[in-house]
Amino acid sequence: MRKLGPGALIFHAVFVVFILAPLVMVMAVSFTDKGYLSLPTDGLSLRWFYAILDNPAFIDAFWMSTWLGLVSATLAVILAVPAALAIARHKFPGRDVIAAFLLSPLMIPHLVLGVAFLQFYSSIGLGGSFAGLAAAHIILITPYALRLALASATGLSVDAEHAALTLGANKFTVFRKITLPLILPGVAGGWMLSFITSFDELTMSIFVASPSTTTLPVRMYHHITQTIDPLIASVSTVLIVMTVVLMLILDWFYGLDKVFIGKG
Amino acid sequence: MSGASLRKTPYALTGPGVLFFAALLGAPIVMTFLLSLHSYDFTLGIQSDWSLGNYADVLTDSYFHKIFGRTFGLGLLVTVCCILIGVPEAYVLSRLSSRWRSIFLLIVLGPLLIAVVVRTLGWALLFGSTGILSMTAQALGFADAPVSLMFTFTGMTIALVHVLVPFMVIAVWASLQKIDPQSEDAGLSLGASKFTVLRRITLPQAMPGILSGSIIVFALTTSAFATPAIIGGRRMKVVATAAYDEYLGTLNWPLGAAIAVLLLLANVVIIVSFNKFIERRYAKVFE
Repeated sequence: MRKLGPGALIFHAVFVVFILAPLVMVMAVSFTDKGYLSLPTDGLSLRWFYAILDNPAFIDAFWMSTWLGLVSATLAVILAVPAALAIARHKFPGRDVIAAFLLSPLMIPHLVLGVAFLQFYSSIGLGGSFAGLAAAHIILITPYALRLALASATGLSVDAEHAALTLGANKFTVFRKITLPLILPGVAGGWMLSFITSFDELTMSIFVASPSTTTLPVRMYHHITQTIDPLIASVSTVLIVMTVVLMLILDWFYGLDKVFIGKG
Repeated sequence: MSGASLRKTPYALTGPGVLFFAALLGAPIVMTFLLSLHSYDFTLGIQSDWSLGNYADVLTDSYFHKIFGRTFGLGLLVTVCCILIGVPEAYVLSRLSSRWRSIFLLIVLGPLLIAVVVRTLGWALLFGSTGILSMTAQALGFADAPVSLMFTFTGMTIALVHVLVPFMVIAVWASLQKIDPQSEDAGLSLGASKFTVLRRITLPQAMPGILSGSIIVFALTTSAFATPAIIGGRRMKVVATAAYDEYLGTLNWPLGAAIAVLLLLANVVIIVSFNKFIERRYAKVFE
């Protein structure tokens, strides 16, 4: 391996600063002891973190996003795993069309999904419901779960499964005891990526969420368009820390580079 | 297992997903398309007639020309910036030792998992007239008065490059992974300069990654909502924020639907034709 020149290393350092600057800025501002936006030059304070506790709107939105992420990521995985097994291991007419259809939300702007769901739900009486919001999120994140499940199921040997079937195990036992453990990293990685994607989603949710189903990003967006204060910075800091923890877990058991290759 | 049941298996496995998608993705998209063909009356609401009037409005109105033009220009500019900084960064990453590489991959890719609202908020804090960039510019003598990049095209571009450049890095990095390092060594040992090796050997092999990274960045820029809404605001409307205003501001849903359909069509056409182009072009190269 050839060494990098000093120019390349300086470029790299500037790039990393560029990537981290806004995140560091958000975190720095959240520790201010002032009542207005400022860097904590005089002293650090946790007052804006305590202030979150006095704002039930953010707390409620946090739990709404968590609950929504858990429900929709789980259901997306339940839809995606069988489909991934069929697509990866069977040749059948319509296979490519089905795969393209199930991955198609990746190509659709979130705004378009948002307005489509807004109209659809209001016409069938699901407007503003949690079920509607969850269904919209399932559509949005199923492609992520499917992609990671496909990556683990492709090229998987069928020998062990055939052996178990021959020995009298039923199909569900084979799936539970053999297939699932083999594809588990992809399934768990897909679940986590789906959860994070659902938790962070703004553009589609802004159209689908009602005052009683406001998610955290939607709540934060509306707050930012009104006012930018240290409170929104401290909420963001909590979110950054939480995401970093999830990211490290995801990287540890699946690999962050593998998660993102081909994403788009 | 009998042959017939084996043949049905893949349909049974994909069935739930396909049915769910048909009902909850197919139907809403079709309804949005149909809605875009109705006209809207500001006192009577959505009419039941059929016409292409909304499309005619969008395509002939100079207000929308400006918005579509700005969105397209933003897409191009952000894509070019992402190429200019993302490609060298991917190259640097591919040259780092594996321990440093895994740390920096985490730093470069990690922000993709952090909510766009949070990342955009960071830029809003940096850009504001009391923000750190303004103070630095004043301290260094670049500006006499506080400067703000909020509500400017430049500010929107910088924030979007930050949000989307990881996609470029990962796409290029993936294709650099496939390069046989011996081809570069061969070039060097045959007397080519480092720059020639970079230009004639490394760059052409990274091209599929640069192209697919570009298409992802372009598509995501032109359909971005959160960053243009927060940094661009009302002064710098783009297609997504304009559609948002039609839906939730003026309540002219049919017109908003027409904008959304045009945005979707543009996205699908660009992505599909670009993928076709890449396949054709690189099928030739690697034959």
